[in-house]
This record gives sequence, C-alpha cells and structure tokens, in this order.
Amino acid sequence: MAAEAEVPSQLLILKPPPLFSDYEYKFYPKFQLLKAWESPLPTPLFLTTHAHSVKAVLSSGSSPMTSDILRHLPSLQLIVTTSVGLNQIDLPACRRRGISIANAGKVLSEDCADLAVGLFVDVLRKISAGDRFVRSSLWPAQNDFTLGSKEGERLGGKKVGIVGLGSIGLEVAKRLEAFGCIISYNSRRKKANLSYLFYSNVCELAANSDALIICCVLNDETHHMINKEVMKALGKEGVIVNIGRGAIIDEKELVQCLVQGEIGGAGLDVFENEPDVPKELFTLDNVVLSPHLAVFTPESFSDKYDLVVGNLEAFFSNKPLLSPVLDE
Amino acid sequence: MESIGVLLTCPMNTYLEQELDKRFKLFRFWDYPSSKDFFNEHSNSIRAVVGNTTIGADAEMIEALPKMEIVSSMSVGLDKIDLARCKEKKIRVTNTPDVLTEDVADLAIGLILATLRRICESDRYVRSGSWKAGDFKLTTKFTGKPVGIIGLGRIGLAVAKRAEAFDCPISYYSRAEKRGTNYKYYPSVVELASNCQILVVACALTPETRHIVNREVMDALGPKGVVINIGRGSHVDERELVSALVEGRLGGAGIDVFENEPHVPEELFALDNVVLLPHVGSGTWETRKAMADLVLGNLEAHFLNKPLLTPVV
Repeated sequence: MAAEAEVPSQLLILKPPPLFSDYEYKFYPKFQLLKAWESPLPTPLFLTTHAHSVKAVLSSGSSPMTSDILRHLPSLQLIVTTSVGLNQIDLPACRRRGISIANAGKVLSEDCADLAVGLFVDVLRKISAGDRFVRSSLWPAQNDFTLGSKEGERLGGKKVGIVGLGSIGLEVAKRLEAFGCIISYNSRRKKANLSYLFYSNVCELAANSDALIICCVLNDETHHMINKEVMKALGKEGVIVNIGRGAIIDEKELVQCLVQGEIGGAGLDVFENEPDVPKELFTLDNVVLSPHLAVFTPESFSDKYDLVVGNLEAFFSNKPLLSPVLDE
Repeated sequence: MESIGVLLTCPMNTYLEQELDKRFKLFRFWDYPSSKDFFNEHSNSIRAVVGNTTIGADAEMIEALPKMEIVSSMSVGLDKIDLARCKEKKIRVTNTPDVLTEDVADLAIGLILATLRRICESDRYVRSGSWKAGDFKLTTKFTGKPVGIIGLGRIGLAVAKRAEAFDCPISYYSRAEKRGTNYKYYPSVVELASNCQILVVACALTPETRHIVNREVMDALGPKGVVINIGRGSHVDERELVSALVEGRLGGAGIDVFENEPHVPEELFALDNVVLLPHVGSGTWETRKAMADLVLGNLEAHFLNKPLLTPVV
C-alpha cells in the first residue's frame, strides 16, 4: 500500500503568537500557513481573498477573533488559541456558528502559579526593592535595609484569597500552603472536596484576606471586578497579585490606592493596556511589575506548541480535541 | 535593672533599642569614635553585650570588658562570637533560633523564583519603558527542577518542604545522613552540585564550612545551575563566584549574604542573572520583634537568676 502524499491543511494566523518566532519552522511540513500580518492587504480584504475555505485559525491573547473577523471566515470550524484566556474571542458568535475552541489547557498552570508566588514573595519580602537598594550602592551608607520601615512581612499565617480557583488557582494554593498561608477563595461555584474556605462574593473574600491573588478569566462578569470597594475591603495592609488579565482590576483605581497608601502593595504581570504601564507605579517601592511573562519559559512554549499541533492534528483527522473549551 | 550596663554593638532594631533603653543602662557602641575610646571609659560598666551578625563579641571585646556576664545575640548564627573564649570565662551566650527559620526559608524560595524567572530584571525592564520595544525573553521554569540543599537543619528542612510544593526533587549534603527523610543524600558537595540545578546554602558557618561552595562545586553546578546563599557570605568563595558568573560557567545566583557586608563586588551590579539582597533573611517585622523579645527575655532571665530561654553556652 503506497502512502498517500499528505496535503498540508490550511492554517490561518492573523498575528503571530509569542512562540511563533522559535516554532514557526515546525509548522511547515504539517500545515499551509496563511499569514495575514505579512500581507499588504487590510485584514478583511485578505480574508475575503485568501481565507474563504479556511477551517482552522491559530489565535493568541493579542490576536482577537472578533465577530467582524469571524464573518469573513465562512468555513471556520476551529479556533486554537495559545492562551488559556479566551477574552479575545467572541464566544457567543462562536457558539452560534458551532465553532469549536481549543486553548492551552493546563500546560501553563505551573509556570503561572510559580510567577504568582514569586511576585507575592517579592512584594512581601521586598526582593526587587532590596536588589535595587544593593545595586545603587546604598547599603554601605545605610547599613541596614530593614531600618526605617523597610522591614518585610511574614508569609506564614497570612490569609490569602484566591480569585478564581481553576487549574492555576489550585496550583497557587498548593504552593502557598507550604509557606503556612491560609487559603480561601472566590469562584463562580464552590468546589467540592476542598478544605479551603469559599466566599461567594469577592468583596467578602477581600474583607477576610490579607492578600488577593487573581487567577480567574476575563469576561463580562469579571471585568473591573476588583474595584474601589474590593480594595477598601482588603485594607491598607492588603496586597494584590494579578496574573490573570489587566482589566479584571480597575487599574486607575488601583494606581490611586497604591499612590495614596490605601492598599499595601501589588505584584502585577498584566495591565489593562499592555505594554503601557501607568507611570505612577514606577516610583513605588511596594509594587513589582513584570511584562506579562507568566508563561515565558521554554517548557511552557514547548508544551503550548505540542498542544496546539496536537489539537490541530486531532481536528484534521476527525478525532476529539485534546483541550476543548467546553460550554459551561 | 536600670543600673545594669548593656552594650548594643550596632543599630539593629528600633524596638529592641527602645526596650533596652527602658529596662537597662544602655550604651550604644557607635556613639563613640573608636572602640578603644569606649573601652577606656566604660569597660567596667558593661555586664551584657547585645550583638548580631555585623558586630558580635570577638576576643578583643571580651578581653576589654571584664564584668561581661552574658552575650545575647540577635541572630541564630554565632560566627561573630568567640565561643571558646566565652566558655573559658564562663560568659553565657544566647541566640535567636527557630523564630527566623520560616522567614529565611521563605526568602530562599523567593530568591530562587526571582533568579530563575528574572523577576527583578523584568521589573527593571518595565520601569525603564523597554516593554514598549518588545516582549521580555524566556526565563527558567522552577517547578520540577532538582534542588540540592547544603545543611539539612531547621532552615534546610523548611526550604525542602517549600520546594516540594513545587514538585522539586530534593537532595542534600550534610555532615552525616539524616534519618527520617526521603531526600537523597550525597556525601560530598561536589556530588550534590553535579546532581541538582539549584544549590541552596543552609548550613552554619564554621571553620569547616568556609568556602564550602568553591570553584569545583560551581563548575559541577554548571552554566544552567544557580547558587542560592541564605547562610553566610563566607560559605561561598566570592571571588570565584564572580568570575564563574562573569564567564558564564555558572548560570545565576541569588545572594542574601556577602563575605564583607555591606560591601558587594561591583562586578555583580553589571549582571542580570543575579539577585542581590542586603542580608534580609530574617527581615520581617514579625520575626525581628520575636528575635528582639528573645534577646530581652534572655537578658532578663539571666539577671533574675532564672534559666536562660535559648542558651548556646
């Protein structure tokens, strides 16, 4: 039996995901790539001209699948995104059209959780601030960093409220328990078989926590969910860590609270309008800022690539997707 | 007790200083232009010395203060105290064990994450506006990486417990293998370094452990390896560390302690793969207060002829 030459399936990419620069070459034998960003044509015209029969598109956090774009893809059946988050996809439109979605599943959870913990410890123990202090040659003059109210805070016994107890939230909880933190959470629904305390609304969670770690998705309900009321409930010593999406927090309000000392500190990997970061934060010692790099490890990129290709290959051979996003 | 002379060797904690001032006759060592000046004036007034890891009670001080009965150190480490001489002269010595164990272990993990995931460097990246020009680079994953611990005492065990929550396989070096753990034991530091990616220094500083992390160990750890020092600066051959990092023979380092604090080799300031902290292992207000209370409690116990709380000698 002679093997049939495989015709590579068409895969549309509107904007390259971060892993593309290292992994582009690996897509080629398997898929015929339609790279919209390389065309001189405006995207809608490109799609009308070239993407009429495209069945699958590779999306990412910065590559939105709006209803307008979807309208230009009459044959689309599958969106595979390299992100866990789906806020860049018009979900109702996909539901109406019966378009399947596959995301990054759980492969990113460990790296995201590691970064959340790293940011949290940094804020409490002033690691970035201490590193700045040493590098600016201040130590010989000032002798003791911790004098003058630069002492850090203990992690043990801290009540940590996790906002969104999905795969990432659970990994964060497991790690922080080893530091002696007391875990509670807010989620759409209480989870069975967990010893963590559940709060049905995020304000109550904040009122009973020393810190909030945001691990939930961004959608209409969670947009600006962390608002002035929640921050007030958290209190002046409270710390917020955000590894979800910038818009889960009312950023203007957060900046004001930090500048005015209404909350104790923040560790932020995501912002409302990346890569723009409010400049007022740059002068604060009690914030740690990272450029949305929670999944920027070779392992996560490699796992993401494997999962993307695995999902695409499953789709094109009529097998079940590896990490489908199911309607809940 | 207000007439009892207590010497505080350096400014270490505002609360401690205030309480010592309230309860005893407090002398501040740094108020005097030189130690000789102080000893000439007050050598017979001092019955207790409160020291720390910066200035303890060395031979010169012990000999200069004939009425000294007790050294109460605001630290768990005793490397700045001439213990032999104290024993000889029947001077009591106390330290502050246990209260700082968790904080130091927390900081070790914080240093690992900051070093591997480049948190401080990426914070600089954002603050300088560089993010507008492009994404940051890939960083090193922590979960699941092999961690080697030098010294499996209280602090070493606390570090291990935390690293286990990140699914890290744990191995260690100690003077002798410890019963009651599942961690893999290596009989030499070089072997330990050859078999882990993150090497954490968590042992006491003694003449035997000076430069326990030397060139051979760093070469065994290799270009992807990371040294985390939460012990004492002298545990690591600092000169060798600098050249290993500069030459890329060692992947990175997270360092809270240095051989000659507060001086840090300036070559390290140019490196992005190191995190440098000003000896803040126990630097939380909760722990510093607990340490101060132990110091005060030990002093009071001594002068009231009660059993010392945390005696070493």
